[in-house]
Formats: sequence, structure tokens, C-alpha cells
Amino acid sequence: MALYSDKVMDHFQHPRNVGKMEDADGIGEVGNAVCGDIMRMYIKVRDGIITDVSFITFGCGSAIASSSMATEMIKGMPIEKALELSNKAVAEALDGLPAHKLHCSVLAEEAVRAAVKDYYDKHDIAYDPAIFGCDVACAHQHDHDAPAEA
Amino acid sequence: MYVYADNAATTSLSKKALEAMTPYFCETYGNASSLHSPGQRAAEALQRARETVAGAIHADFKEIYFTGGGSEADNQAILTGAAIGARKGKKHIISTAFEHHAVLHTLDKLKKQGYEITLLDVHENGVVTARQVADAIREDTALVTVMFVNNEIGTIQPIAEIGAVCRERGVLFHTDAVQAVGHIPVDVEALNVDMLSMAAHKFHGPKGVGALYARRGVPLVNVIEGGQQERGKRGGTENIPGIVGMAAALEEAVTGLDRNMAYVTALREKLIGGLSKIPHSRLNGDREKRVPGTVNFCFEGIEGESLLLLLDARGIAASSGSACTSGSLDPSHVLLALGLPHEIAHGSLRLSIDAYNTEEEIDHIIRSVPEVVDYLRDMSPVWDALERGETPHLI
Repeated sequence: MALYSDKVMDHFQHPRNVGKMEDADGIGEVGNAVCGDIMRMYIKVRDGIITDVSFITFGCGSAIASSSMATEMIKGMPIEKALELSNKAVAEALDGLPAHKLHCSVLAEEAVRAAVKDYYDKHDIAYDPAIFGCDVACAHQHDHDAPAEA
Repeated sequence: MYVYADNAATTSLSKKALEAMTPYFCETYGNASSLHSPGQRAAEALQRARETVAGAIHADFKEIYFTGGGSEADNQAILTGAAIGARKGKKHIISTAFEHHAVLHTLDKLKKQGYEITLLDVHENGVVTARQVADAIREDTALVTVMFVNNEIGTIQPIAEIGAVCRERGVLFHTDAVQAVGHIPVDVEALNVDMLSMAAHKFHGPKGVGALYARRGVPLVNVIEGGQQERGKRGGTENIPGIVGMAAALEEAVTGLDRNMAYVTALREKLIGGLSKIPHSRLNGDREKRVPGTVNFCFEGIEGESLLLLLDARGIAASSGSACTSGSLDPSHVLLALGLPHEIAHGSLRLSIDAYNTEEEIDHIIRSVPEVVDYLRDMSPVWDALERGETPHLI
């Protein structure tokens, strides 16, 4: 069996929404170069809807594919809905990821949340900090050795 | 065009080796321990192969023990050194930080059994010195084990000099020569080694077969019990087709060694020249002290696994020391041993070529790698931060 599903390879080799966005309303960056993956996500928001989204990613094939898939999934979504995007949903949409690559989908979820938080902060939109857990900046301290989740 | 540039991982089987092996599957399939004539013909083939392999490294045939591969040979050599030392109350072993895991994991096991392990620094250029070994040897040193050629970066260690130090101090010396045999001259007499490991599939022989050279008088410890095969030092029915294939491949490699070394070195120089033009790249390992075919580069701002996958899509097989290709948290222990920071080590690429590669293939690599590196840098936030001066370039 190949390492990655056809869908992962498709999104890796033909990433959707890749590139920087000059006039983004919110930018979220998660990950760590020491760990080997960083995702930066840009969103454009109109009337509470994510009208445009793009990303740039330093990382392995599944990190790039997870970023690409996450951007596809949240494009056109109301912002509250995008905050519900789970890593599980990203991994499922890619027809699964190898166990030791699941953290890539976690990073994608966190990148979306970081971009939304940045949008809220920049536009003085009040929110309950609890929805972002402790702090987005620490959320990416994923444990590569943690047992794989479904 | 598909370019196979991962010969340090494994090689194709040579046609000569395949031809030599073929009769030993369905025609001469006897067990070399059997007394009947099919068995005796297998035993004769085994003996011829042993003499061929011995001759290729300037050893006596009685000093060659066939194994199930290079890792097994490494395990057996180190456990032997440890056992001989323990009988004299010596439980200190010297090695290097960038050995193959077949060595490092065996040393880890011994450490748990109370041995003390000293891993020598391999410096930024990936070469240890005989002086370091001399300084590290103690009264209770049982064994020195230093690889001949590093598998990831291709640097050659001063084995003959280290061997001379060990001999003078009366310490047993083993070298993992898996990446050296068949690629550079290997003469166990000139090298002053007591034990040496090799693996057939690294020089166009079959997988699953290797050999351990053990100088006469070195009492090997069994890793596999089970019979009187290999002078009682390695139980299990001999893999006659594999052993015959190994001998044929080694004979072929040694016969063409000078020509192949010159040819592959020329290709490698072209490859290094081409890839060095990529900005913020770095050739890992000493510029001169290297095996002909192995080249290892780091490219700043990108990650190795995505580089590998995109090169594969463009028809190039390579490997990387990035963490993502190993499934572990850390990038290659070899690159970290050179002192490279994690973020640089993640962006590594190993290309290992040999005499089966052509100049057109090297041209294809030199064209493709910069394109893929550019493509990945364009979508890399790490590269973006470097280019905007937010973080300093490290290479």
C-alpha cells in the first residue's frame, strides 16, 4: 500500500489556494520549524463569511495536503462554522492519513483557528477566549510520540 | 526517464549475479550440510563463494562468515567484542555518533547490560580521527567500532589509521563497511581490522545476505544458534543462491573498481557542481574524504519528504534525513551529529549514484532539483521569513 491516499497525493501535488494573500483580514501561523512543519493561513472575511482563503506551508506531503484540504473546506463558510472544523474532518476528507501524520491535520485545524482569532483581534470583535482553548500559540505543541487517534 | 539515485539504500541485482544464482534455486537446490551429491554440489558452491568473497577483501576464506545481511554482521561483531571484553573485565566500547542503527541500537542494548559506551564526535565534516580514538581508549576498552563510509553523507573514515591505533593498544577493532565494500578498495590486512561487516545488496548483490569477516583467532559469539553451519558460528541452512549471488556481484564490483570509481566520481562532481548553484544550499560532509557515489545536500526553507515525493513524481528516486521520512520526532541522527540545527536537517536530500547511472540521468537531476526546491520555497513560510529578513539565513 502506498504511504498516502490518492486524495492526499492529489492535494499535495496540486495544492488548492496556495500562496500568500496581501490584503488578508486574518493570518494564522502554527507549527515550528524545529519540528519540521509550519502552516500559515490567510482569510478574507465579508459579513461573517470566509470569502477567500489561502495558505503557505513548510512541511511534508501530508502537511501540504492537509493545508490545501482545510482551505477548500472553510472557503465560503460562516466564520463560526469554520471554527468547528476538526482535524478528524480534514483527515477524513483526505481519505485518511498514516497514524504518524495525523498531527498534520491537527495543525490544519489550528491554523484555521489561529487565522480566525487574528481576524477577531485585528477587527476588535469580542469573543469568548475559551473558544480558542488555552492559547493558539501553545496548541501546536503536538506530541509526535502520542498514540495515534482515529 | 526514471533515475534511480538511491543506491545507498539498495541496488538492483546485477545480471551476472542473477545468472550465477539462478541454478541454485531449482537445479542445485541441495542443503550444503547434506552428504548426497546435490548437497555436496551446494557445499562446493558455498566454498567457491567464500573464497571469492575472501579474495575480494584480501582475507582467508576461513575468516568469512556468511550472515543474513549487514545488520546481522554488525550485531554479531559488536556482541563478540563485548563478550570477549567482559571475560577480561573490560566493558567499555568506543564508537561514533553517526553509526548505522544496526551498530547504535546494539550498543544501546549493551549499555543496558552495564557496558559503558563512548560515542566520538564526528565534527562538522563527518570524519573522526585516529587521535580521537587513541585519546578515548582506556584500560577497560573492549572494542572500537567505527564505520568505514557513512551511509547518509558518504564520508570515509580513516580506518587504517584507527586500526593501527587499536592494534598498538591491543583493542579489538570492528568496522561496518557496508557502504564501502564494492565501492572503494577494502583490504583487511592494510586496514588493520579484526572484524568487518558487509551486505550484498549494496553492491548489486541480492538482499538478505551479508558477511562478517573475523580475523583468525577472534572467537565469534553466535547471534543465531542452530547448527554447525559457518564453522558453528551462524546456525541455519545457508542461503546458497544468495551467497553465490553475493560472491558474483562482489567479484564484478572489485574487477571494475578502478574504472567505476573514476566514472562515478566524475558524475558525482558534476552533480555537486550543479546542485551547489542552488542558493542557500549546503553539501554535507567533507568535500574530499568521500565515497564516489553518495551526495547529501541541505536546502534551507524546505522539508525533505515533500522534496522526495515531488522528485519521485519527476522520475527521480532519492532519500532524505527529514523526520517525516522516518516517522520519528527528530531528523537524521547523522545530520544532527554534524551539528546541523533541526530546521536545516529537515531539508536534506541524499542522492546516491553508482556505475549504473548515466550522465543524462545526472543532467535530469540537476535540472529537476532546483525547480522543485524553488516550487517548495515559494509555498514555505520559513523561506518567506528568511527572504524578508525576519529570520537569518543559516546556510
